[in-house]
Amino acid sequence: MSGRAAAGPAVEAEGLGKRFGDTAALADVSFAVEPGEIFGLIGPDGAGKTTLFRLLATLLVPSAGRATVLGLDVVRGLWGLRRRLGYMPGRFSLYPDLSVEENLGFYAAVFGTTIERERERIRPVWEQIEPFRGRRAAALSGGMKQKLALCCALVHRPELLLLDEPTTGVDAVSRRELWDLLADLRAGGLTVLVSTPYMDEAGRCDRVALIHQGRLLAVDPPREIAAGFDRPLVAVAVRDRFAALAALRELPHAESVLPFGATLHLVDRRRDAPAERVAAEVRTHLAARGFADAEVAPAAATIEDVFIARMGG
Amino acid sequence: MTGGAAAPAIRAVGLTRRFGDFTAVDRIGFEVAPGEVFGFLGANGAGKSTAIRMLTGLLAPSEGTATVAGHDVATEAEAVKRAIGYMSQRFSLYEDLTPRENARLYGGVYDLPRREVEARFGELIGRLGLGEAADQRVAALPLGWRQKLAFAVALLHRPRVVFLDEPTSGVDPVARRQLWELIYETAAGGTAVLVTTHALDEAESCDRVSILVAGRIVALGAPGELARRHGVGSVEELFVRLARPEREAAR
Repeated sequence: MSGRAAAGPAVEAEGLGKRFGDTAALADVSFAVEPGEIFGLIGPDGAGKTTLFRLLATLLVPSAGRATVLGLDVVRGLWGLRRRLGYMPGRFSLYPDLSVEENLGFYAAVFGTTIERERERIRPVWEQIEPFRGRRAAALSGGMKQKLALCCALVHRPELLLLDEPTTGVDAVSRRELWDLLADLRAGGLTVLVSTPYMDEAGRCDRVALIHQGRLLAVDPPREIAAGFDRPLVAVAVRDRFAALAALRELPHAESVLPFGATLHLVDRRRDAPAERVAAEVRTHLAARGFADAEVAPAAATIEDVFIARMGG
Repeated sequence: MTGGAAAPAIRAVGLTRRFGDFTAVDRIGFEVAPGEVFGFLGANGAGKSTAIRMLTGLLAPSEGTATVAGHDVATEAEAVKRAIGYMSQRFSLYEDLTPRENARLYGGVYDLPRREVEARFGELIGRLGLGEAADQRVAALPLGWRQKLAFAVALLHRPRVVFLDEPTSGVDPVARRQLWELIYETAAGGTAVLVTTHALDEAESCDRVSILVAGRIVALGAPGELARRHGVGSVEELFVRLARPEREAAR
C-alpha cells in the first residue's frame, strides 16, 4: 500500500538477538519489512525462524538489539501491538474439538467482532473452508487446517500477518493454494511476514531473508539472491547418480557436488572459469569414467545453491 | 518366495483398504525392483499412509494382495516386518537415548548379535561422519543429524526394502542432499527404497514415481517420461494438475 509508505517499515529489527541459556537462537539479526510486501524468512528447522516470530509477536523479550513492529517497540509497545497483529504459530494451535465455524467465531469474539462483520476481509480464505464449517478441526486435512488457522489470524483485521511455516507438511497443491491466498491478501493491502523451509517458495515473496543457525545469510528479492551466485555451476543428468557423485568429486576444482532433483549440481571453485569450459571438462571426465549417458550443461543457480554456498561460509 | 534376482521387492495387485464405506486405498497395483528408488507421491489424505501401513504389515488389506521382499503382507506380516526398514520424521529415534543406544535397542528387536550391531553401527556412523554424535542424547542433536542417524539405524539389519516417510521434511539443504546420497547408496547396494515427500524436486531424484489421488494411482513412471507423456515440465506441474484434493468432501 504505497499510500502508507511514509509511515515507515512494518517491521524493523536491529541487531536482534535471543539466547536460551548457552544457546544463541538468534544473533545480530537486522532487516526491515516494508508495508504491503510479502517478506519470506527461509531456512531449515532450528534456524531461528520461530524465535524471531515470537520476538516480533511480543511473546518473547529479546536478549540483544531491538525491534519495532508497526512503529511500536516489541517490548514497550506490547499491549498496543497485540490486536494489530495476526500471528499464526507453526504448530497447529486451534481447538481440535471445536468445529471450523466455532474456532473462527471464538477468535472473532476474543477480539470483539463477529464472522459476519469480517466477512469481506476474510472472504478469500473463508470461501475455501466454508464448505467444512461444521467439521471438527481435528478432522481436517493438513491444508485445510492451515487455511482455518490463517482465517483465524485474519479475523480481527490485523495490519500485519506473521505466519510461521504455514506450508510445512502440507502437500504441493495446498501449498500453492496458500501462497495464492497470501498474494490475494497482499493485493488487499496487507503486509505479510512468512517463514518456510521450502526454498522453492522464495519466488512467491517480494523479498526474502535466508536464515541459518540464528543468522541472516542474505536479504534481497529472490531473483537478485539467485543472480548473486558467483561460481560456475553445471548440471549433470546421468542414470547412475550415486557413482557419478563420486566420479565428479575427483575433479580437482570441484567445490561441491550435490544431488539436485533430476540432476547433480557441480560448483567449480574457479570463480572466473567460464561455465561452458567447466561443462566441457566435466563432460570429458565423465566420458573417460564410462558414463556414456551423461548430459552436462551450465545451469543458473537457484536460491538453494546460494543457501548451501553461504551455509559453509 | 521362489525369488530369482528379478523378483520384485514390492508387488501390489489390486490392493484395497476400506474403512466403513470410505475407500482409502482403491485397487492400486505397482512393482518396485530391487535397487530401485520409488517415489510414492500424493496429496494429504490421498491414501499414502494407509497404503504404507498395508505394505509394512501393520494393516490388513480389505482386498487385493501385496508381497514385500517376497512375503505376503496379509499372511506373513511378521516376515515382512523383519525384511524391511522404516523411517519417518514423526517416528525416528528415541530422544532420551543416544544414537548408539537406539541402535542396540533396534538390534535387539531384530535379534541381531550385539557384536554385529556395534560393528555395523560403527561402520554406518563413520561413513556419515557423525562419530561424535554416537553417544549424545538424540534430543540434543540437530534435525539433519537425527534424520541421517535414524536412516542408519533403519538400515542396521540390512533390510531388502526401506520405507522412508518424508525423511527430509524440515532438514537443511545440505543434510537433505546427504540423505539423498544415502538413499542412492542404499539403492546401489540392491535395497529397494520407497520414499514419500512433499518437496517435489525430490520426486525428480527417483527412478520412478507414482501419484496417488483419492486412493488410486493416476500416474506411474520415470519422472522425465511422465512429464513428457503429460506435456508438462516437471513432476510438480503434473502433481498439481492431477492431485486436486477433491476428496476432502468425502472424508
